[in-house]
Amino acid sequence: MTSAIQVHDVWKRFTRAGRTIDALQSISLTVEPQRFAAVLGPSGCGKSTLLNMVAGFDQPTSGQVLVNGAVIAGPSPTRGVVFQEPALFPWYTVLDNVTFGPKQQNRRAAEYIPLAEHYIEQVGLKGFAKHYPAELSGGMKQRVGLARVLIMQPEILLMDEPFGALDAQTRGLMQELLLTVWERLRQTVLFVTHDIEEALLLADTIHVMTARPGRVKRSLIVDFPRPRSLDLTASPEFNQIKRQIRDLIRDEAIRAEHAAPD
Amino acid sequence: MPARKTPRFLLLPVLLFIIWQGGTWLGWMPQGIVPSPEAVARAWYVWIVGASTHSLSPYSGTWVVATLNSTERVLEGFLVASAIAVPLGLMIGWNRRTAEYIDPTIQLFRPVPITAWIPFALAFFGIYNASAIFLVALGAFFPIVINATHGARNTDILLLRAARMLGAKPAVVLRSIVLPSALPAIFTGLRLGIGVSWTAVIISEMVAVKSGLGYALWDAYYVGRMDICVATMISFGLFGFLSDRLVLLIWRFAEPWRRHGAQH
Repeated sequence: MTSAIQVHDVWKRFTRAGRTIDALQSISLTVEPQRFAAVLGPSGCGKSTLLNMVAGFDQPTSGQVLVNGAVIAGPSPTRGVVFQEPALFPWYTVLDNVTFGPKQQNRRAAEYIPLAEHYIEQVGLKGFAKHYPAELSGGMKQRVGLARVLIMQPEILLMDEPFGALDAQTRGLMQELLLTVWERLRQTVLFVTHDIEEALLLADTIHVMTARPGRVKRSLIVDFPRPRSLDLTASPEFNQIKRQIRDLIRDEAIRAEHAAPD
Repeated sequence: MPARKTPRFLLLPVLLFIIWQGGTWLGWMPQGIVPSPEAVARAWYVWIVGASTHSLSPYSGTWVVATLNSTERVLEGFLVASAIAVPLGLMIGWNRRTAEYIDPTIQLFRPVPITAWIPFALAFFGIYNASAIFLVALGAFFPIVINATHGARNTDILLLRAARMLGAKPAVVLRSIVLPSALPAIFTGLRLGIGVSWTAVIISEMVAVKSGLGYALWDAYYVGRMDICVATMISFGLFGFLSDRLVLLIWRFAEPWRRHGAQH
C-alpha cells in the first residue's frame, strides 16, 4: 500500500538579501494512511515550510513530495489545512466560512447547509452559525477553521501549530476535541508543533526536527492506547517519554538511545 | 447633572466668522474685495430663489441649475473613473502579469497634472460636457486605481491560501477574497477621488464648459461679484463635504461585517 504522504530527500533553500539559507536539509519521512503524524521542532526549523509543501503552497528546491504516490500539483480540498492563525474570511459568517468549500464544488445548498450545521455542531459551535469571526474568541475561530476543512471530508489533514496561539486551558479543550473528531473520522494527519506534550498526546508517530537547517533527527512511535484524553498527560509513562524527547532535542549525544523502532 | 458637552469643533468656525463679520464692520477688509457675511447671504438667497422683481441677472434664481450641472459632471466622471479604476487596481494588485503590463504606464501618466490636460480635452471633446466629464474622470482615476492596487496587494496571504485550499478558482478568489479585503483601501481611494472630482469640475467649468458652479465662480469674478464668488466657494465646500459623507455611508453598507464588532 502506498504511503499517504511521502517526503523524499527534500531540500528547501531560500535566498534573502543575497544570503542563501537552507530551511530544510534532506528531509525524508512517510505518513501511512489514517495515521496521525506530528512534526516536532523549535521555531524556525522549517516545519511549517515542510507542511506548506505538502499542502501545495510551496515547492521543494530539490527532492519529492508525494501524496498517494503522486506529485503535488497545488493546493486541494483533499488536503485540508488548519493554519496557525485561524485565517477565516472576516466578511463571512461562521456558516458562510464553513460552506465556502462546498460552494466551490457547485454543490446544492440543500445538501451542504445541513452538513455545515452538522460540522458546526461537531466542533461545539451550535448557535454561532450567524456570527462573524470578529465576534468569536481565538479558540472558537480555530473550531471554525477545523469545521470548514472537515466539511470537505479531506483524506489528509494538515495542521500548522493550530493551537499555538491559544491559552493553555483552551488548547487542552481543542486537543481533546481534535482527538474525538480524529478517532472517529481517521484522516491521515500531519501536525506541526513545537509542544512536546501536544505531539505525544495526539500523534502515532513523532518526527523530531533539528533547528535550522531543518533535518529529521529522530522518528518515534507513540503507542499509548486510544481513545486518549488529556488525563494521559498526567501518567508517569507519558512524562517519562516527554523527558526523553526533551533530552533528545536538547542533546545530540543521546540520540542513539532513543531511536525509533522502524 | 448631565455634563455639558462642549462642541469643540464649532469654536474655530465661529471665531473665523466673527473675524470676517467684525473685519468688514470695522472696515479692516478692503471694500469691494471681501464682501460682508450679510452681502454674501443676500446674494446667495437671490441666486437661489430669484429676485422679487423680474431680473435678467445671471445670479437670480440660477443656483440650483448651476449646482445640478456641476454635481452631474462630478457624479458621471467619478462613476466612470470608479468603474474603470477599481477593477483595474484590483487586477494590478493581485496579478503580477497585469501589474507588469499596466502599472508602469499608470505611473507615467500620473504626474501629469489635471490642468495640463485641459488643452487636449478641449481640442478633443470641444466645449461640451464631455470635456468636463473627461477631466473629472481622469483626476479621480489615479487615487482610486492606486489605492485599489495597494489594497489588493496587501491581501493576507493566509486568506488566499485558505481559499485556494478550499478549491476556489482565481475568479472566485478575486471576487470573494481580494475585493472584500481591499475595501478599506478602495474606499480611501474613492474619498480622495471624489475630492479631486470637485477640483476637476471647477477647473473644467472655468475653462472648458460655460455652465455650472465653476463657470459662475469665474464669471462672477470678472464682473466683480465677490459676494457670488464667496457663495460659490461655500457651495463647493458644502458639496465636497456631503459627497465625502456619502462615500463613507456607502462604505458602511459595503462592509456589513464591520458593524458586528469584536466583543470578545
